[in-house]
Amino acid sequence: MIHSLFLINSSGDIFLEKHWKSVVSRSVCDYFFEAQERATEAENVPPVIPTPHHYLLSVYRHKIFFVAVIQTEVPPLFVIEFLHRVVDTFQDYFGVCSEPVIKDNVVVVYEVLEEMLDNGFPLATESNILKELIKPPTILRTVVNTITGSTNVGDQLPTGQLSVVPWRRTGVKYTNNEAYFDVIEEIDAIIDKSGSTITAEIQGVIDACVKLTGMPDLTLSFMNPRLLDDVSFHPCVRFKRWESERTLSFIPADGSFRLLSYHVSAQNLVAIPVYVRHNISFRDSSSLGRFEITVGPKQTMGKTIEGVMVTSQMPKGVLNMSLTPSQGTHTFDPVTKMLSWDVGKINPQKLPSLKGTMSLQTGASKPDENPTINLQFKIQQLAISGLKVNRLDMYGEKYKPFKGIKYMTKAGKFQVRT
Amino acid sequence: PTAPMSAAPAYGEDKGGSAGPGEPEYGHDPASGGIFSSDYKRHDDLKEMLDTNKDSLKLEAMKRIVAMIARGKNASDLFPAVVKNVACKNIEDPNQLIRASALRVLSSIRVPIIVPIMMLAIKEAASDMSPYVRKTAAHAIPKLYSLDSDQKDQLIEVIEKLLADKTTLVAGSVVMAFEEVCPERIDLIHKNYRKLCNLLIDVEEWGQVVIISMLTRYARTQFLSPTQNESLLEENPEKAFYGSEEDEAKGAGSEEAAASTLPARKPYVMDPDHRLLLRNTKPLLQSRSAAVVMAVAQLYFHLAPKAEVGVIAKALVRLLRSHSEVQYVVLQNVATMSIKRRGMFEPYLKSFYIRSTDPTQIKILKLEVLTNLANETNIPTVLREFQTYIRSMDKDFVAATIQAIGRCATNIGRVRDTCLNGLVQLLSNRDELVVAESVVVIKKLLQMQPAQHGEIIKHLAKLTDNIQVPMARASILWLIGEYCEHVPRIAPDVLRKMAKSFTAEEDIVKLQIINLAAKLYLTNSKQTKLLTQYVLSLAKYDQNYDIRDRARFTRQLIVPSEQGGALSRHAKKLFLAPKPAPVLESSFKDRDHFQLGSLSHLLNAKATGYQELPDWPEEAPDPSVRNVEVPEWTKCSNREKRKEKEKPFYSDSEGESGPTESADSDPESESESGSKSSSDSGSEESSSESDNEDEDEDEEKGRGSESEQSEEEGEKRKTKKRKKVPEGQGEGSSSDEGSDSSSGSSESEVTSESEEEQVEPAARRRKTPPSSKSAPAAKEISLLDLEDFTAPSVQPVSPPTVVSSSLAADLEGLTLTDSALVPSLLSPVSSVGRQELLHRVAGEGLAVDYAFSRQPFSGDPHMVSVHIYFSNNSDNPIKGLRVGTPKLPAGISIQEFPEIESLAPGESATAVMGINFCDSTQAANFQLCTQNRQFYVSIQPPVGELMAPVFMSENEFKKEQGKLMGMNEITEKLTLPDSCRSDHVVVQKVTATANLGRVPCGTANEYRFAGRTLTSGSLVLLTLDARPAGAAQLTVNSEKMVIGTMLVKDVTQALTQ
Repeated sequence: MIHSLFLINSSGDIFLEKHWKSVVSRSVCDYFFEAQERATEAENVPPVIPTPHHYLLSVYRHKIFFVAVIQTEVPPLFVIEFLHRVVDTFQDYFGVCSEPVIKDNVVVVYEVLEEMLDNGFPLATESNILKELIKPPTILRTVVNTITGSTNVGDQLPTGQLSVVPWRRTGVKYTNNEAYFDVIEEIDAIIDKSGSTITAEIQGVIDACVKLTGMPDLTLSFMNPRLLDDVSFHPCVRFKRWESERTLSFIPADGSFRLLSYHVSAQNLVAIPVYVRHNISFRDSSSLGRFEITVGPKQTMGKTIEGVMVTSQMPKGVLNMSLTPSQGTHTFDPVTKMLSWDVGKINPQKLPSLKGTMSLQTGASKPDENPTINLQFKIQQLAISGLKVNRLDMYGEKYKPFKGIKYMTKAGKFQVRT
Repeated sequence: PTAPMSAAPAYGEDKGGSAGPGEPEYGHDPASGGIFSSDYKRHDDLKEMLDTNKDSLKLEAMKRIVAMIARGKNASDLFPAVVKNVACKNIEDPNQLIRASALRVLSSIRVPIIVPIMMLAIKEAASDMSPYVRKTAAHAIPKLYSLDSDQKDQLIEVIEKLLADKTTLVAGSVVMAFEEVCPERIDLIHKNYRKLCNLLIDVEEWGQVVIISMLTRYARTQFLSPTQNESLLEENPEKAFYGSEEDEAKGAGSEEAAASTLPARKPYVMDPDHRLLLRNTKPLLQSRSAAVVMAVAQLYFHLAPKAEVGVIAKALVRLLRSHSEVQYVVLQNVATMSIKRRGMFEPYLKSFYIRSTDPTQIKILKLEVLTNLANETNIPTVLREFQTYIRSMDKDFVAATIQAIGRCATNIGRVRDTCLNGLVQLLSNRDELVVAESVVVIKKLLQMQPAQHGEIIKHLAKLTDNIQVPMARASILWLIGEYCEHVPRIAPDVLRKMAKSFTAEEDIVKLQIINLAAKLYLTNSKQTKLLTQYVLSLAKYDQNYDIRDRARFTRQLIVPSEQGGALSRHAKKLFLAPKPAPVLESSFKDRDHFQLGSLSHLLNAKATGYQELPDWPEEAPDPSVRNVEVPEWTKCSNREKRKEKEKPFYSDSEGESGPTESADSDPESESESGSKSSSDSGSEESSSESDNEDEDEDEEKGRGSESEQSEEEGEKRKTKKRKKVPEGQGEGSSSDEGSDSSSGSSESEVTSESEEEQVEPAARRRKTPPSSKSAPAAKEISLLDLEDFTAPSVQPVSPPTVVSSSLAADLEGLTLTDSALVPSLLSPVSSVGRQELLHRVAGEGLAVDYAFSRQPFSGDPHMVSVHIYFSNNSDNPIKGLRVGTPKLPAGISIQEFPEIESLAPGESATAVMGINFCDSTQAANFQLCTQNRQFYVSIQPPVGELMAPVFMSENEFKKEQGKLMGMNEITEKLTLPDSCRSDHVVVQKVTATANLGRVPCGTANEYRFAGRTLTSGSLVLLTLDARPAGAAQLTVNSEKMVIGTMLVKDVTQALTQ
């Protein structure tokens, strides 16, 4: 299936390669570089590139291209999903996934990759099992390894692969038993220039951080489970219990994992917590344009909106902008034409605004497009869909765990057309 | 032995592989290090490590060797040590992990002499006790096969053996081996088919993808097409209607033949195994892995009956939230699907709206999908979106949008003029690319109706002075030439200008200049003769031989010469023949002959190793090949109890289930029932065992038993759905249930459309033992997903009046320039029929009304959307208005409205909630909670609100009506009062009573209306035949007889009052 993997950085250097079958020459990446050149932007490189003898499937994350080489028919999503899993695993191991970090941990990287695929077919991709096979690097361990000359390869025989619950290690022990759940909802919306909602939907996830001893069996129930329209589960969730009782019953994976992601339907029900008033105008004759935006709270259920960030890609004709924000800081990059305004918290009494002028290319006619405003924000302690966790119960273990649930609403792809 | 060397310092020493000088050192595999090339002593270390008794050191050493081999290094010098220590010793190691690693090392050594030993080791490992070792054996098979393909026959034996394995750990790996070594040996799957289906849910994600893809191919060879029947019905409704011959021909069995005398019975019977596959894969749509979701989606697309394919849309749309690479692949597949099954994605239209931050390649794919989804109803919205896209900064995307507008215009006749006008306005755009693209599209549109558009052609002619893009210039010239009679004055002038610039033009433009000259010469030779000759002479000496050829050829044709007059007499016919308008179609059309989700589909070209998706067979191959003789059926789907072996008590249940019907609807089932029932009892054991074993893991059991359930019992399930499963059922009862449901399933597909108990004739039940039909079977079924069984998922269509009134306004908006856009998201709810839900006295000041808005409830098409009006008549604000825990009758479900935080005194608010009434008029009872009070309220729907209108032609209506005769037809005679004899009043009264759409009707005094019930999508057809003097006859045809009867009553009442 997957023959080889090349890691390519943004300047086009292959800084790591790994082969699971025979060695494929790096020259195969030339086809990739060609496509990259044609695409101009990294995100527009086609994820699947056919070459005379191979197919290159790539994902782009953390400014690194992960290019898999395959020779025969295979579902493309299979490979793409695997590559993303590789990136997630690196992130899990090293905290971040970047070129310097991968280079620093090159030994572990190879060991992990070796275990993830056998002859090109995925073998151990659950991070719990991998961590048992190959210990993640820590400062202490690095020091010990240098002194004793040992490696990161686990000296105990891993049993995770044989475990009845493949996502959980056996014999987990904690002194503080705790289980935290974050309910995070994102609002995806397109608002048109008059302020009405063209489309809005809520996507949510429940991320769990579970540090419990032994083999606990958890049950999480909701006050209003019917809000969840479309759900996808971590493999640990018992599908049947969900179908019949709408509760989540599972033996959790150890550590942090995504328990559930869901979708709340019905666009006319979505409360839009912010509005943007904007006045962006170019005049045909003048080389100055007016720019003014104000952000204000709308349906916030009494909570404060924080972490507000406004970004907008200005038309090419805009040379520079001189703006004054009523709060926060703003920057405009004259090269990429990207305006960003870090607003911070919204005070309903004194709405933040950004006003000023744009200097346009003289002589050129006014740009015929208006910029789209992208909005980011956060609202703590609120799940905008109204989803509420009812209770969390634990079975199978004697101790009393510490439980915590946190709600948060964020902007997903939130765009205001002007 | 010394401690293993630290890998890090060693990796720089060796520059093997493809690394050239000066390349970064990181590009090497340090796990193997440079030990072998640099230091032979270390090599000895490794051997020594293998010789020790310590497990950990052996493991460490073997890991190194695997890593080294993976780099393609020659490891043959290690061969003796590995074979001695690994193949011979470790393969018998008591630790299963050592055995597995030993095999992994051994199989990674790419040395031909090792083949016999490897073969031996694989064979041994394949019968190992540990499933993990067996899994490793499966992984080793393709490795050996690539080393020596002569071993194929022996390897197939091993694969066959491993395929029979019953653990989830092995299943994925062995199917992968199967696909690589012998994908053509489909016969190996027969015996394992049912087991694979049942195990599927517990296999790890990667294995699931491989298995699903293989089973898709398998099903295509073994089952009949579930859609063939639909086409059959269209061709020959009469025969299909009564068609018992076909039943028999398909081996459907005598009981089906008897049953088929009933109306609306279809001759096609889905094989229960086919159904099993569909049912067991469906939950995987909920997987977190995009690859699995896609695999299930393609399976449904290729295998499921049309009515059931819809379930995949929601899952695919969810994937659009994922990484852009995933989006890219999913959108490609959605684009292909949306051509064949447009209705499936229509409710999700808005999910394909484009954001300015999407990468261009994603934008273009979304545009493709939007274009495919556009139809008469949603075109205003789609065009309004396109209008925003036109002003994007991304010019490639703008060009694609213009193309898309062109396609919409060709596909949907009534917006053609609007689109054309919009495109013409774009001609004055400042961006040349935009203009050029518009010209090309306009050319195609004009070709469809040139007569009216002389003005546009003139406008285009003027553009030749400015436009430089060759394709656009060529298009304009072609248009002028083709329609020169519409612009008789301008055409020669354009030719004059072109003649001047001829030498500087691009080749395609030159060719069109020659064309234009020729056409003008033929129609207007007086003015253009000289010009034409000039152009032809220029072309004669052109550098491009195509142009030279064309010039010679044209000259011979149009200029009459002495000898060759025959052709030139027909020149006019040749050049000015009416040409068919081009068909603008999607580049994704017909891509579905590749298996969806495959690499080949994505590239639209056959990739190496692509297995063709076979066509459905004409005749179904013998289904009995999937029966398993040996009734040993380890309970392996159970994660917890995987290691437990079968329990002896199965022999009992076997005996009991012996005489019952087998799962296969085979005519000679009597004679075969012995062997078949044993297989059935095998599968039922899997469920009964888990039943007894533990209730915690009843998930698995549910999946097992679910698979055997028949659709016929849908109704029962609905009612029993929420009943608690009694624990510790005796094996007797569960075996009863198993055999019952399997026999049920043989009939079930016959009635896939009708779930009504009443319709079931007693005759069809005679063969099932009376006791088995009863309670235990129904109780078992607790995780039923009703959606699985609903017949065609009908997308509710909003009433026609809403569409048509807003359409005109919408289309006027399409000026493609700045103009205020006011999308009509919510059309007003008519206040007629507002009913009280909670009186203000009972509600302590809170008054609540409700009305059926008759709008499709977004999110769930099966729900009736109900508008709720709150008003606060008290003096205090009411807080926290929400729906409390509803106690609903089975099947009925509610989508609550979002909590209303606070309602100030005197204020009112509106909310929308959805209720799935399950096609019954049972009231939905729920609590309305405020912060400190709870009110019990109930909403009972009039029968007319349980449906949504459908549009159909008179012929379709008659055809459908023909299928719904007999018991499904309810007739009532009535007398229309004087006040109710005009067309308008009748139509208004009927549509006010029931949410039906009017069907155009040729005869006067006859009114037809059509709709579908929301939950099951059954057709409801209403005919009112008004005779003179007020006598009238009302007829309702519907599968849902209860609904039909009630509807007749309601409509009669409305009309006569």
